[in-house]
Amino acid sequence: MVKLGNSLKKLYIGLIVFFLYAPILVLVVLSFNKSKFRNQWGGFTLDWYRSLFSNDEVMSALGTTLLIALCAALIASIIGTAAAFAINKMKKIPKALTLGITNIPMLNADIVTAISLMLLFTALGFTFGFFSVLLAHITFSIPYVVLSVMPKLSQMSRANYEAALDLGATPFQAFRKVVFPEILPGVLSGFMLAFTMSLDDFIITWFTTSPDIHTLSTVIYSMQRRGISPEIYALSTLMFVVIVVLLILCGRTQNKNQKKARS
Amino acid sequence: MKNKKKAFLNQALLSGPYLLWMALFILIPLFIILYYGLTNRDGAFTLENILEITNPIYMKSLLLSLKLSLYSTVICLLLAYPLAMILRSLRLKNQSLIVMIFILPMWINFLLRTIAWLTILENNGILNSLLRLLGFEGLHIINTPAAIVVGMVYDFLPFMILPIYNSLAKIDNNLIAASRDLGANSLQTFRRIMLPLSLPGIISGITMVFIPSLTTFAISQILGGGKQNLIGNFIEQQFLLHYDWNAGSGLSLVLMVFILISMAFVAKFDKSREGTNLW
Repeated sequence: MVKLGNSLKKLYIGLIVFFLYAPILVLVVLSFNKSKFRNQWGGFTLDWYRSLFSNDEVMSALGTTLLIALCAALIASIIGTAAAFAINKMKKIPKALTLGITNIPMLNADIVTAISLMLLFTALGFTFGFFSVLLAHITFSIPYVVLSVMPKLSQMSRANYEAALDLGATPFQAFRKVVFPEILPGVLSGFMLAFTMSLDDFIITWFTTSPDIHTLSTVIYSMQRRGISPEIYALSTLMFVVIVVLLILCGRTQNKNQKKARS
Repeated sequence: MKNKKKAFLNQALLSGPYLLWMALFILIPLFIILYYGLTNRDGAFTLENILEITNPIYMKSLLLSLKLSLYSTVICLLLAYPLAMILRSLRLKNQSLIVMIFILPMWINFLLRTIAWLTILENNGILNSLLRLLGFEGLHIINTPAAIVVGMVYDFLPFMILPIYNSLAKIDNNLIAASRDLGANSLQTFRRIMLPLSLPGIISGITMVFIPSLTTFAISQILGGGKQNLIGNFIEQQFLLHYDWNAGSGLSLVLMVFILISMAFVAKFDKSREGTNLW
């Protein structure tokens, strides 16, 4: 009876995982499809992997996407961490208010955030393009950083920082040696969240970009009517493989470190 | 006195830049929507843009959006809760691995994954080919509201799984053992212990599925084939096709009422918002 229950449980997990990964499997298969059409199998080919690197539209969109995600995550991490320090020191009511407003871009609908920023940039006479998209991405990334750093700050006791000062450290040294290592995991997970959100964003980019600046999302959305060029499938397959390999490597080093720590 | 002044100055220097950023990029933009929504092209006050929602076309699409996002939220909850319970019962040492398995698909562009569903669901797609192979009749799903619900459930399911799993994983096993020792059966233990303690996760999952479903325009555009217009599609068209910012802002204000209602719902149930981890 217990065994039956266990295999049912595993079956259920398997079904959900299949549901989540089936479309990715479809994309992988399409990347090897000789036919340009999504719904036709024309035989196996590696052509799309070859032509991918000479497809300027896709490669420049990939470059823009990665550059924006990296810059947005980096700048949001800095602003968000500073903001978390500021919010942490506030009194109860201003703290609740500031946190509430900080969370708006995360809780609000993307389309509303997108429109509001588009109207702001227009009102300010901003030229739409790389920087308007970057500013928009920083804006919606900050709450993820604040939310990741805040718990670390509230867990940290002031005593260690003060002890460092008593032992003759300058405030900067005390910050670098005592405070920073404690909040670093929070900052890193905030950075990763911000990077992921920026990478996957479509709606906010769609409203704040100009016709000549494309990210992967906007390229894909524009292609959707005329047909996706198969190089996109090849690119997403490559990206998927790279991510899986990175994760496995990370997991391995983590395991090794844990084993070392135990012995 | 001097110290107090210095402390105040320090605090102002620390929080000042961020408060300015917040005002410029979060608050002022929302007021600009309010301004456009409540004025006409000449800048005079009007309620016309908001009343536009009573236009049967918009009303129909708002009701359809509410219906489909409700369906997708309920389906996500029904799929995710048992899954989170099972994952918890496995007591895996490597919890971050589980989280990774459900986050990994999010690193492949969501539009592309949604387009892959097109290949699965279309009339001569993978699903129907399989059904015909097994001797069943093909289903007509593509370009119907059902296809949009599949897309919504698919895209937003991880946002329901992760918060529920996080809140369930935190429950102390001793609490459950104690409840059993005191004579509660599994159903009672679930109702009195598991459910209330996982409520913050459920609530945060519900809003993280409901709001993006309610306001999407890409999923309905791709899987609805332009035949099923959600309110998000009309807002997008007003801004980027008709360049009517006043009407678009009016519709957005109506949409924001529903967003505010669901935010109030979260605030009511989830009092310890500060420090909630998403993953």
